[in-house]
Amino acid sequence: MALSSLSLYSQAIILFAALVLFTSFVMLAQTRMVPLIFTFAWQGLLMAVATVLVAIVSGHKHLYISAALTVVLKVGLIPWLLYRLSVRLDMNYETEAIKHPSLLLLGGAGLVIFSYFIALPIVHLSGLATRNTIAVSIAVELLGMLMMSVRGTAMAQVIGFMSMENGLFFAAVVSTYGMPLIVELGVAFDVMVASILFGVFFFHLRDSFDSLDVGHLNLLSEANEPAPLAETPAASTQGEHA
Amino acid sequence: MNSQSIAWTLAAAQTLLFILAAPLLAGWVKRVKCHLQNRAAPAVWQPYRDLAKLIKKNLVLAENASWLFRAVPYIVFGATLLAAAAVPLIAVHLPTSAIADVIVLVGFFALARFFTALAALDIGTAFGGMGASREMTVAALAEPAMLMAVFTLAMTAHSTNLSVATETVLQAGLVLRPSFLFALLALLMVAVAECGRIPVDNPATHLELTMLHEAMILEYNGRHLALIEWAAQIKLMIYAVLIIDFFFPWGIASEFSASALSVGVLAVTAKLMLLAMLLVVWETVLAKMRLFRVPQFLGFAFLLALLGMLTNVVLETGG
Repeated sequence: MALSSLSLYSQAIILFAALVLFTSFVMLAQTRMVPLIFTFAWQGLLMAVATVLVAIVSGHKHLYISAALTVVLKVGLIPWLLYRLSVRLDMNYETEAIKHPSLLLLGGAGLVIFSYFIALPIVHLSGLATRNTIAVSIAVELLGMLMMSVRGTAMAQVIGFMSMENGLFFAAVVSTYGMPLIVELGVAFDVMVASILFGVFFFHLRDSFDSLDVGHLNLLSEANEPAPLAETPAASTQGEHA
Repeated sequence: MNSQSIAWTLAAAQTLLFILAAPLLAGWVKRVKCHLQNRAAPAVWQPYRDLAKLIKKNLVLAENASWLFRAVPYIVFGATLLAAAAVPLIAVHLPTSAIADVIVLVGFFALARFFTALAALDIGTAFGGMGASREMTVAALAEPAMLMAVFTLAMTAHSTNLSVATETVLQAGLVLRPSFLFALLALLMVAVAECGRIPVDNPATHLELTMLHEAMILEYNGRHLALIEWAAQIKLMIYAVLIIDFFFPWGIASEFSASALSVGVLAVTAKLMLLAMLLVVWETVLAKMRLFRVPQFLGFAFLLALLGMLTNVVLETGG
């Protein structure tokens, strides 16, 4: 299917899908907390625009509600909650050291190729104009998973989780023109509840370890012990002794 | 036969216009930058005056300078001149478009850079060696990103020839291609790095520990320096025109009538002025980054180009 044969709206959907994928990569490499939250909000906004465009092309009215829900929850409420949390936990100027940033990004590119191959059979079966973007939505999901497994801080992992949900939502929009509204509402509230629970989890994590680095959860030392958490090597040798 | 000779004359005139207009573009960039930063601005033709003055000056050569050191300014200028001849400025289909392959263009730049680095090492000063090693580091990272961006465009145009690619974009009309967006961003970042602009290098500094390009040409003066600086200005213009040809070619002449050519001149002038303003804004809002951040910057450019290629395969061609 050649891109030039599509209508301008369909081309715009594909363009916004590409931008959503791009924000996923930006999140993967973003080490600072506040820009990370803002990038997540941007991803939500781009996805809402893509949803509106899908609604215009397909004529499905309920997608407008989905888009509005996305804007309210993923551009407004959740980023605001996360931002407030990061300010209250005094971590809004924190940066996280990623060990091999270029390798991580290349791994992400590998995941995009992988999801392309996964999506190929679906693409052959589907007759929708947006069928090519299915691979992108799977890639957004896998990139969120990669972010959860590679990034060390709890905030980055939560954002990885949220962006996985973004990928799921986008997959539903482009492959079947949206889930049933009741399911979508349920998922949206689940995500909102999750973000509040994550806030509680953040506070516990900081109370126990004085840090939001989830690597501390792997250590065998007691939680309330005044553990030397300044350097990781010191912490890991202690872990071996215990 | 007659039309053939007209085409060759046009190609020669276009090349001449290219190298004569390059200092003007540099002057325009400097002027807009001064205005934006609330400084008194020099006239737009100040670069011409600088070049004329440098050419008139006597030559001072280091004692241990070999023939290579003296030959390099001419090699660099020659390579840049050939590159300028290959890029369509106001018209496509010129006879020089046969060599207007982007890979050849990258090759010309690599040739010029290689000899500049050799000349920097030739004198044996600390600054020369340092500048050469830095320049080669940046080049080794910028070149793959540039080629990747070019390949992304070539996948749509089915050719790495600039003239053909420009024509393809012209004929397609308005198509929203995500791969072009990513390639454009990647090419802009590579152009900034290759032309030694902020944030990779600061073109306005001499004798600073952080300089890249200036460190290599520190020992040059007189007409040699004039040629090298002129070549740098032409290189900036080549990158600007390259971006215009690939992404915004509307207005370029595809026939050799007087009206089409004058429209081509006007269009390319307006677009160059706008692009220069964009460069100035970019250089004003950003600060020069540490040298060890440059690989990350260029790695991001490479990722953008790679994403462009992936979106081309995944989204635009489809299964």
